[in-house]
Amino acid sequence: MAKSIAYEFGKGLWKEIPPFRLVLGLCPVLAVTTSLQNGVGMGLATTFVLVCSNILVSMLRKVIPSKVRIACFIIIIATFVTVVELLMQAYAYTLYLQLGIFIPLIVVNCLVLGRAEAFAYKNPIIHSLSDGLGMGIGFTLSLGALGAVREIIGSGELLGYSVFGSSFKPFTFLIEAPGAFVCLGLMLAIMNLASKK
Amino acid sequence: MGDYILLAVSCILVNNILLAQYLGNCPFLGTSKKMETAIGMAMAVIFVLVLAGTITWITDTYLLKKFGLEYLRTIAFILVIASLVQFVEMFLKKSIPALYAGLGIFLPLITTNCAVMGACLINIKEEYTFIEALVSSFSYAVGFGLALILFAGVRERVLIARVPKPLQDTSIALVVAGMIALAFYAFKGMA
Repeated sequence: MAKSIAYEFGKGLWKEIPPFRLVLGLCPVLAVTTSLQNGVGMGLATTFVLVCSNILVSMLRKVIPSKVRIACFIIIIATFVTVVELLMQAYAYTLYLQLGIFIPLIVVNCLVLGRAEAFAYKNPIIHSLSDGLGMGIGFTLSLGALGAVREIIGSGELLGYSVFGSSFKPFTFLIEAPGAFVCLGLMLAIMNLASKK
Repeated sequence: MGDYILLAVSCILVNNILLAQYLGNCPFLGTSKKMETAIGMAMAVIFVLVLAGTITWITDTYLLKKFGLEYLRTIAFILVIASLVQFVEMFLKKSIPALYAGLGIFLPLITTNCAVMGACLINIKEEYTFIEALVSSFSYAVGFGLALILFAGVRERVLIARVPKPLQDTSIALVVAGMIALAFYAFKGMA
């Protein structure tokens, strides 16, 4: 069970990178990745919640009775989500408005609950910390990548700068809901193809 | 009355919770491999979402807003939903065992279904009245069930198709979901 701390950190970055390998927490992945900035913002907010809740669950793992553990996890996670909500309202209000209800919905992101249940409840604090950090960074990278692809092709620009010049006609399908599903599906296929070799 | 019908149509088709609002995608992909599980999940969501939608609306209006506790909304809602699901589970087990056997394993999953929490939050955000919240919760749930069952039907068909290796399983499912979303996207023209 107790593998090296570096391993726990690294597995979130490629081997079990969410949401591609662990198909958990899809809703924010599809909803907020209309641009690179939104994707990364959402990723960082989730990372914060993931790391904090992993640490606290791991600290309390001997105290929490296993029968009510899910309820305890949810309360711990909800607390940190509220912290993120208030912090974002204070320091990143435009991003907060753009992400909308998906910030409170981090509570029901299965990735966060999944890591608490599958990992932090059974492992020491340092391991849980690195697991949460690795998973969070992996999640942020995936969201960033998906956001970048959709932004470049869907609106022809990246972070406000035009990529293809003014003659490019944006493929707006990718910004809309159907495009999100197709784009994620194809990226998953590319990941599968890349790891087969 | 006309307003409510309009609201219902818009929640079921135009703003379909799965395909236009991107909520509840984990159970969407997880329980759509077989038609039976899809129907079970759809029924469970309709049942819980209507209850959760109305109870969170009451909580928000008469508890949180009254005492200026809006910042606790996230925690309060998830607690209401989690305990509601638990309560429904116990109630069904005791009094309607047949329904419990049908919904059984899907009920606990609903706690972390973001469609339920999302719909409750949308009700508050749009400042719906009580009746509107009730109608929209029910319609969102019906929309969820409709999309899920349609998707399960297509997915059962995809199983016997020859799919390129890297695209198998989740990947092709997402592409199929995209196509269904495209079909629902056409309803946007109606609004």
